[in-house]
Amino acid sequence: MKYLAMVAALAAPTFAFANPDPANWDAVTSEANGQTVYWNAWGGSTTTNDFIAWVGDRVMEDYGVTLEHVKLTDTADAVTRVLSEKQAGEDDDGAIDMIWINGSNFAAMKDAELLFGPFAEQLPNWAVVDSEGKTVQTDFTVPVEGYESPWAMAQVVFVHNTATMPDTLGSMDALLEWAQANPGRFSYPQPPDFLGTTFLKQALVDILDDPSVLQTAATDENYDEVTAPLWAYLDALTPHLWREGRAYPATGTAMFPLIADGELDLSISFSPGAASTAIANFELPDTVRTFVLDDGTIGNASFVAIPYNSGSAAGAMVVANFLMSPEAQARAQDPNVLGYGTVLNMDALTADDRALFDSLELGIATLSPAELGTVQAEPHPSWMTRIADDWVNRYGAGQ
Amino acid sequence: MLRFLPALTLIAMLGPVIAGLWGTVLPALGQLPSAGLHGPSLDPFRDLFGWGGLFDAARLSAATGLIATALSLGIVALISASWAGTDAFQTLERLLSPLLSVPHAAAAFGLAFLIAPSGWVARLLSPVLTGWERPPDILIVQDPLGLAMIAGLVVKEVPFLLLMTIAAMGQAQPRRSLLVAQSLGYGRVTGWLKTVFPRVYTQIRLPVYVVIAYSMSVVDVAVILGPTTPPTLSVQIVKWMSDPNLSMRLTGAAAALLQLVLVIGALCFWWLGERIIARVGKRWIMSGRRGLLDAPIRVLSLGLGSISALAVFFGLASLLIWSFAAFWSFPNVLPDGFTMRTWTRHGPDAFTTLGETFLIAGVAVLLALALVLGCLEAEHRSGRPLTRRGLWMLYLPLLVPQTAFLPGLQTLLLSIGADVGRIPVIFAHLVFVLPYVFLSLGDPWRSWDTRNAIVAGALGARPWAVFWRVRVPMLLRPILTATAVGVAVSVGQYLPTLLIGGGRVSTLTTEAVALASGGDRRAIGVYGLVQTLAALVPFTLALIVPAILWRNRRNLHE
Repeated sequence: MKYLAMVAALAAPTFAFANPDPANWDAVTSEANGQTVYWNAWGGSTTTNDFIAWVGDRVMEDYGVTLEHVKLTDTADAVTRVLSEKQAGEDDDGAIDMIWINGSNFAAMKDAELLFGPFAEQLPNWAVVDSEGKTVQTDFTVPVEGYESPWAMAQVVFVHNTATMPDTLGSMDALLEWAQANPGRFSYPQPPDFLGTTFLKQALVDILDDPSVLQTAATDENYDEVTAPLWAYLDALTPHLWREGRAYPATGTAMFPLIADGELDLSISFSPGAASTAIANFELPDTVRTFVLDDGTIGNASFVAIPYNSGSAAGAMVVANFLMSPEAQARAQDPNVLGYGTVLNMDALTADDRALFDSLELGIATLSPAELGTVQAEPHPSWMTRIADDWVNRYGAGQ
Repeated sequence: MLRFLPALTLIAMLGPVIAGLWGTVLPALGQLPSAGLHGPSLDPFRDLFGWGGLFDAARLSAATGLIATALSLGIVALISASWAGTDAFQTLERLLSPLLSVPHAAAAFGLAFLIAPSGWVARLLSPVLTGWERPPDILIVQDPLGLAMIAGLVVKEVPFLLLMTIAAMGQAQPRRSLLVAQSLGYGRVTGWLKTVFPRVYTQIRLPVYVVIAYSMSVVDVAVILGPTTPPTLSVQIVKWMSDPNLSMRLTGAAAALLQLVLVIGALCFWWLGERIIARVGKRWIMSGRRGLLDAPIRVLSLGLGSISALAVFFGLASLLIWSFAAFWSFPNVLPDGFTMRTWTRHGPDAFTTLGETFLIAGVAVLLALALVLGCLEAEHRSGRPLTRRGLWMLYLPLLVPQTAFLPGLQTLLLSIGADVGRIPVIFAHLVFVLPYVFLSLGDPWRSWDTRNAIVAGALGARPWAVFWRVRVPMLLRPILTATAVGVAVSVGQYLPTLLIGGGRVSTLTTEAVALASGGDRRAIGVYGLVQTLAALVPFTLALIVPAILWRNRRNLHE
């Protein structure tokens, strides 16, 4: 006990040390047995919802953990919830035990010390995670430091219907030219939707000669100058968007029916396998394919984090660990299920586990890892926040 | 005990409203101690007025609400004037009454698919009539004027106002007035509008006000059909209330107050319109003109009423087809094939959620029934009928916009550390279920022949025995109908479940609206249908159960 108190004192600046201790895995699993974990995750994608339901069945089977999916329309809702609970003094058993999170929401929660941990790098399955090759230790340039654990890799791909748009595009400038020649056939989800802001970042990264300036926080001095080309680009693009930019699809998946009906020829996705999955679910025609830009596209990892006031942190860690297991990762990568990229290091897996991945058919619209090419780094979250706000003022609040 | 029930009912109904408004006023003035913010300050209002979309959002709220109400009332008045008392009217009534219980969200989903550029109507006409090989790039759903949203509100408010009008006509004796007017040479429509409508309108005035307040602050319909650049004020309030940046809550609270002021302003505007129309109308009545346009108006009103009913029916049919559809793209009128896949994927979850939905609705309606029956019995025994003020109190929770007090209630509940979850949600639903149950049960309860009680009393029955053994069995059918109304109201609630449930409570409505952003029409089809069934089945039971139970007592169920 004395030792624990000392550790607590040492860890004081980060206010919460991990309790239950993730390094003592047996204690974690026995505490987790019988707990209910409320996982707050975006609920707009039915394939993701199905996957989460399957995870719930599996952790119940193996660990006696009940998983409840709280379906969010916006991850920021969950952040608000934890924040309000902290203000109300609800420090022991908050409504949320786990959040699907990354980017600015993670940065905000980590900053406000609303997270449990560090725990991620003590989880048993961390050993097979590709922490060298994949961006799982920084999240939009913010150091993760074990406060969230990765479970999927995402990369921007462009989705096009080859029946009406046979050609691929090499750059954002090419996209603008194509849109001018084919008005009304492209759109992106309305920012502050996650994928919508990602499109804005992708545009900025591709337009800038040297995007490295985006790797540090935006300042009042450099923000206007750096983003000026983006607004010029959007001013040129917007009149040629679907509905002339007077309305936008709500989310990425909301663009599937638009492609299926022939309203759109081109859209954007943050999941290289999503198009194949949608074809399998009758949501997209089988003439749809994906492509990336010549200079590559933005990529990042999806994480799960545990709020500091979760009453079921042990159960949440069990779920987080299960999400990184070869079984769950292979299932998530199956295009008939989710089509998400794995966070695991194939070389660290046993032969049996690797076979799970080798036997996957990636699907007709999914690019191979080699075809996906260079992954460009996410800008610092401060850019995304400011750009999203500015976008709303310029294009979203009535022109 | 019985004496306290009216007071208890008032507390259950108005307590949350008042507490919620209080919880809105404080942060709107910069006071949110739990976030370390102390007022009073006008910063929240400064931020609100600094938002570029405010004018458009407020205009949208006011315009969509007022136009939807005026259109619905106009259609209902014309239908009643043209067809009341005829067979066509009965058919229309039968067609429209089940639509009353169809949840707003489900009706909106159906309508969205019907009228979209790639929707069913366009598919039927393409490419043969329109020449469209691909859907035209025109802004129909989510249009900046909110026309689609107005349509979505009208198709739901027409059945509501029509049934209210039918109930009111029972007391206005339209047949005799119309007979006199017609014998004086007035056309049917003109005669009805001049002699019956003024009396009917005074009775449906409060429901009309409810429609205004509701349409101006609705969130789920606006999310599905309304514009997004910017959205309506209510949608924006919900967005601010869920922003991770807490100071946005202050802006949201200020906007909630603005929403309240807007609704009050719109009601005053409407009231003024009533005065003007009354004055103009009086002159029109006095002019003695017998009316010329009867025939075209009759055709027009039948057309509008049918379109409004058919839009919902075909919308629901499209949900059904989507839920079984394999690949289905424009301009095919039907899917390439049918599959059970969507139902096997979403059916089990949807039916689990149905259980939760019924649990919440069941408890809320039982509480409401207990309170309402208690109040009515107290009213009966004391011999003091509901006053005009009492009636206004009943309508008050329906007149205060939901977006004005629910966010405040959420903040308040959180700051006193009340646990979120099912129980607070049930009480939030009770606020809206209670008035409807009361209004639905009040009239049949009061029109019960009290001589039955005297006879039973003379046979030695005590008051409670009269209540349980005579009055409740005789009024079983209206009681079950009121139950069904209550269930439908509870099933349709979006904002109370979302805000007070803190995300932990999901009903069919919150699930369906959450799916709206994802755009998966097949999953939306499943949830929209199950949601509609949840509201319709209790109505069917309310018809069937008394018929079976009293099969040998015909006058009790006919």
